[in-house]
Amino acid sequence: MRERPRLSDMSQRGREPLIHLENKDLMPLPASLDDPSKERESAPLSAQTRERYECFLDDTCAVSVPRPATKEEEDRLVAAFLAGLEKLFTKENNWTFLQPLLLTMEHCAKCQTCSDACHIFEASGRNEVYRPTFRSEVLRRLYFKHVRHGGLVSAWQHGDIELNWPLVARLIELAYRCNICRRCAQTCPIGADNGLVAHELRKLFSQEMGIAAKELHETGSMLQLKAGSSTGMSSLVVKDNVEFIDEEMTEKTGIKVETPWDVEGADVLLIHNAGEILAWPENPGAFAVILNAAGVSWTMSSELAAYDSINYGVWYDDAQFARVALAHARAAKKLKVKKIVLGECGHAHKALMVVADRLLTGDLNVARESSLTLLRDIVVGGRLKLDPSRNDFPVTLHDPCNMVRLMGIVEPQREILRRICPEFREMEPHGVDNYCCGGGSGFAIMGGHNFPDWRFQVAGRKKLQQVLTAFADCLEATVPKYLCAPCSNCKGQFRDLLAYYDLWERHRILYGGLVELIVNAMTDVKPGFIEWEWR
Amino acid sequence: MTAVLYAVIYAALLVFGVSTVVRAVGYARAPVHLRWELYPVPHEPSERLKHGGSYFEISEWWTEPRRPNLAAEVGWMAREILFLKGLWDANRPLWFRSFPFHFGLYLLAGTGGLLVVAAVGSLAAPAALAGTAGLVLRGLYRVTAVGGFALVLVGSAGLLHRRLTDPTLRTYTTPGDIFNLLFFLAALGLVALGLVARPVGSPGLLTVTIGLLTFDTGVRVEPVLAAGLFASALLVAYIPLTHMSHFVAKYFTYHAVRWDDAPLRDNGKLAAKLAEYLTYRPTWSAAHMKADGVKTWAEVAAANPAEGARK
Repeated sequence: MRERPRLSDMSQRGREPLIHLENKDLMPLPASLDDPSKERESAPLSAQTRERYECFLDDTCAVSVPRPATKEEEDRLVAAFLAGLEKLFTKENNWTFLQPLLLTMEHCAKCQTCSDACHIFEASGRNEVYRPTFRSEVLRRLYFKHVRHGGLVSAWQHGDIELNWPLVARLIELAYRCNICRRCAQTCPIGADNGLVAHELRKLFSQEMGIAAKELHETGSMLQLKAGSSTGMSSLVVKDNVEFIDEEMTEKTGIKVETPWDVEGADVLLIHNAGEILAWPENPGAFAVILNAAGVSWTMSSELAAYDSINYGVWYDDAQFARVALAHARAAKKLKVKKIVLGECGHAHKALMVVADRLLTGDLNVARESSLTLLRDIVVGGRLKLDPSRNDFPVTLHDPCNMVRLMGIVEPQREILRRICPEFREMEPHGVDNYCCGGGSGFAIMGGHNFPDWRFQVAGRKKLQQVLTAFADCLEATVPKYLCAPCSNCKGQFRDLLAYYDLWERHRILYGGLVELIVNAMTDVKPGFIEWEWR
Repeated sequence: MTAVLYAVIYAALLVFGVSTVVRAVGYARAPVHLRWELYPVPHEPSERLKHGGSYFEISEWWTEPRRPNLAAEVGWMAREILFLKGLWDANRPLWFRSFPFHFGLYLLAGTGGLLVVAAVGSLAAPAALAGTAGLVLRGLYRVTAVGGFALVLVGSAGLLHRRLTDPTLRTYTTPGDIFNLLFFLAALGLVALGLVARPVGSPGLLTVTIGLLTFDTGVRVEPVLAAGLFASALLVAYIPLTHMSHFVAKYFTYHAVRWDDAPLRDNGKLAAKLAEYLTYRPTWSAAHMKADGVKTWAEVAAANPAEGARK
């Protein structure tokens, strides 16, 4: 194992990982986590896992590609990769991202400005394998050699790399060591986009080789297209669960809560991340309380996939992405609603409002809006009676990358918080310069082998540092603190990250959404909507 | 020899022009991609631009007329192009090397333009350039030339030094990267040396430019300057064939990707392009794709790979 892995090491044969991270290598954390010797050790991959799967990039394994049984199988997989690589650069197969991909392939100046922007690279102690350009440079060299068919001059100009199965296997894993938060792209002086490279590699593996993280494909987009939701809930089950939530909310708030379903001609079709319904029922419950109290004409849809805003395809597969986006648009069209409003889910926002925009042609281009603007209008417009003193505890805001850096929705959530949370404080940096929670691009739902250890210790480390710093003046456990994350995936990451470092017990840091804070401040609602209990 | 020099310079300019246009047209003709913008987007109104906000911050944004803030966008571009503002913000140590290099190139390009003006003036209206105007023009291109050569040489030496000494860059540096910087140093260094060391009265840049315009092969360029001009011409031809053509790419990475927030709504021209893309016939092989090279992109997107499992 080299101290600083080289690009050529990607092709290295043998089953030893290229790198190994020790706690002492990682970026230091602030108090009370500032002693690396007390930090939990990452669980090693089992010998069986290492034997069965291609897990020889680093200490973990996200995709679990089975080990090829024969050399012939390896050759077949490499040939498939090569075929996919060529398709990635044709307009017939990849018109969706061809132009930005070409620009990124052909114009990186290799200045490494992007590296300092990457939270994973920084948190890993600046490990070379996690440098944003490491992955991109491998693809770039393959592009010039195998797609542009460059010879010796090209190799001299762009660099060379050996294409073999170990390289492909490592590249599959490496495509899943990036949150695709695109903070690196934001700082690139040229405009090259290393986040896009991770996205396109995942796409190649999925669309050509049928290889993707199981949580994104098999139990993600495929299950959504089969059952209606990646949670597995059918329309009957989801209606049942929401009815139960309505009852619970009625009891908890003291006001009658009812969620309307399939109301034709409603102004708003509200689509939640269905994970909320199962994991954080108070979130869809709070939405119902607010929308009813504000007199909004709204509905939910029980159509296939339309009661679950998730669209995991946005992270790995254009076809799966388009299929789910179309299902959302068709449901809205069928109900003849005025607009779709997306609940607190960052990737669902970006997927349906931004990335899918040019796929929703004709009358499928239904108006789509963020719940944050609707909520801002309700709160700032005085449509609810609110008492900020009910939220008189330290609150900080996590900016979901998809909503903020990638959509420019920065202020509405802050306008709300400034109005209802007297102790609101920002993380630094924030807004479009924010850091990913570490759960982005699907990581929040990926939990195979020891991947969660890596997700918390490396991918989530920078955000953990930010959270502890934001609350540095009130870390004592006697002061309850609220980490507001208006995004389901981010909340999933925070739930697991805070638990991993025991920050509820140590510091009373609770996480939750934005609507919960609004309802907690509503004077018409029984006090104590936010329950200071760890769940 | 002078004729060969002229021919090489003309050929280099032709290669530069054609290659640049071909590259730009290639990118411009690539299909419009799915939206992939990054904020801040500078053509947002100033009240949103200050925090990096977008029109998505407005309720029912589609009912508001879009009024791009072109002044802010132009200002942003000017700061980026002239002063490499992004690099200043994100990588200050590199900026101190990269800015002189790039600004020096702008000055040298400006010098070229001023030389052409002066040469055309000398040929078309010699009397007009005999007085103050000529003096100013000559003074100007001398300043830009001196500044340009000095900045490019300092900048390229700084960039080369960084690339050779920074262990971080070693993994990503190819022989071509080193060659590119050495090429700049050698070519422009030779021109600078040729200009400084040439005998008094021997042809300088203006004489060579006039000679180029008139194809006067009687001009006797001193060997060092001739070698520098020859190498610089090759450099000019070489740049657009490499990643150094990012002056072309940057237009697209910014305007067509980072800042492309144009919604499809009410955009007939864009809709027509997308309608064409949806007729493409993808050939991706994974089973769930259902792409057989016969089905169109629209048909693939409309297919449900889980359909069988649902029944």
